[in-house]
Amino acid sequence: MALVEVRGVVKKFGDTTVLDGIDFDVEEHQVVCLIGASGSGKSTLLRCINGLEATQEGTVTVVGRKVIQDDIKLNRLRRDVGIVFQAYNLFPHMTVLENVMLAPVKVLHLSKSEAKTRARELLARIGMADKADEYPDRLSGGQQQRVAIVRALAMQPKLMLLDEITSALDPELVNEVLLMMIELAEQGMTMVVATHEMGFARDVAHKVCFLHSGRIIEEGHPKKIFTTPTHERTSEFLRRTLESGQM
Amino acid sequence: MTTGVDGGPGREAGPLNHGIKERSNQDRARSLRAHGLSISVVALVVLGTIFSIFAALGSEFNFIGWFCLALPLGMLALIYARRAEERVVDVDGPAADEQRSRQARRLAVTGITLASIYTFVLLVWSSWSGFVDVANTFFSWENISSSFPLVLEGFKLNIAVFIVAEFCVLIWALVIVVMRQLPGRAAAPLRWLAIIYVDVFRGLPAIVTIYLVVFGLPLTDLPIISDIENVNFVVWGIQIDQLFILGVIALTLVYGAYVAEVYRSGIESVHWSQSAAARGLGLSEGQTLRHVVMPQAVRRVIPPLMNDFIGLQKDTALLNVAGVLEGFNVARIYAGNNFNLSSVMGLGICFLVITIPMTRLTDYLVKRDQNRMQANS
Repeated sequence: MALVEVRGVVKKFGDTTVLDGIDFDVEEHQVVCLIGASGSGKSTLLRCINGLEATQEGTVTVVGRKVIQDDIKLNRLRRDVGIVFQAYNLFPHMTVLENVMLAPVKVLHLSKSEAKTRARELLARIGMADKADEYPDRLSGGQQQRVAIVRALAMQPKLMLLDEITSALDPELVNEVLLMMIELAEQGMTMVVATHEMGFARDVAHKVCFLHSGRIIEEGHPKKIFTTPTHERTSEFLRRTLESGQM
Repeated sequence: MTTGVDGGPGREAGPLNHGIKERSNQDRARSLRAHGLSISVVALVVLGTIFSIFAALGSEFNFIGWFCLALPLGMLALIYARRAEERVVDVDGPAADEQRSRQARRLAVTGITLASIYTFVLLVWSSWSGFVDVANTFFSWENISSSFPLVLEGFKLNIAVFIVAEFCVLIWALVIVVMRQLPGRAAAPLRWLAIIYVDVFRGLPAIVTIYLVVFGLPLTDLPIISDIENVNFVVWGIQIDQLFILGVIALTLVYGAYVAEVYRSGIESVHWSQSAAARGLGLSEGQTLRHVVMPQAVRRVIPPLMNDFIGLQKDTALLNVAGVLEGFNVARIYAGNNFNLSSVMGLGICFLVITIPMTRLTDYLVKRDQNRMQANS
């Protein structure tokens, strides 16, 4: 069974339909990239997968659990699903170490020393051991985003949702975060990635889904999508991103 | 007095068409400066002299009248001077402008200082006997010093009430604000209760609440209230009795409503993405509030919280309506017996000695906290 199963999901904000009947699957160890213009529903889809947004129709199943709006069930589900946001959303009143330790201590009930060891280990792996006691606002955007990824990884999730995590970064900082994403993919982490980084989608993804006004209008292997797109809108979108030099 | 208004021969002549514009600017600046100066002179010297003559003749033309005439003229003079300065800035190079504006500023500061001193001296001179009365009524050293030990004894009670009530308010307001934030339909009655409480106790005058609580509650047969009737013990020289406890309850009810609203504004100022991140990590609603939202909210509302605590500290004096022998009551009685208000001034100084350093300390702590967390600040 697939790790994530999305079936006929419809999501509306008031009168606007943001997701209009989405079906898709993510297998274990697979990297799936969601591409498409801003406002096509990529972020909303990710937020529906871990229940941060309630859906109006359809079902989402993650790691064998149905996503329903019930706090206890959602909290349990979210232990297995890490999410990283475009704006990092680190907790500004906690040090880097405390940011990474919070959820393991409060949700997984690890002891403080255990959580600290785990956090330091993860920070060391991304070369940020010396920043453990800094506050987030004193770090660069790239560093903050890498800490945000580590914060999610500290929960040892089965699935990572990455919501345009390089979009808010200065161009010279994008690479350090992309490298970390590639490394994660190589370690076999299952990931759903909403992104504008077409290079990453082409080289790393196992599957690419192109979203347009709330529907997946084309999906498949990146080689196929990027070289011989069948849908007119896909080729137009790719041509435009190519022109703006994002590939 | 015409410092630097004319550009002088040292000024580089620009292209011809600019030269004309600069010339007219300069003339305009000079005339504006002259206007400003002449009006200042009228305001400060002429009116002052007229006033002095009137005062010397013992007329009723008093300070207020002089002030009303001088103030608008003085402001007009300042506006003209400022405009003149702006014109001058257009004319010459940066270095000359810099020096000129420094001169203008110095001139303005000197002028304003001299005018203030002049006004003050005139005021004191013309109403010397009044000042002696003021000094005797409010600042009689003899009165302050003889009443001070008693007042201070009473003021200790104000401090005690304040400390206990502040502690209660912080907790009680937190209970109210959490009640108000409870999610779900089941919690609706609790939310409504919290809203009604805040509306009522924020709307009632503090003195009314105190009166009703202190005199009303003992008349009821409520279980806990009738138990505290016999409370009577002394901690650090402060007598804790029924009156003390009722006073704390009343102040907690009043200030709990204010502080709950302060907390709420803090909670609402924390961006929802912070909650999203916390919930995304699997933290429950309560854990998110406790570990992520509240710590940030409280940091942000420390200045308004401080406001309410200074208010609370001052309002401990309202307990005198209930006959509590706190500082104000003591000072008031002393003042009544001696036909002199200096004892109350002594109490006022006691309050200031506590509140002002407290405000400065909080400002310092907030600043330090911010420096720790933010880059380049």
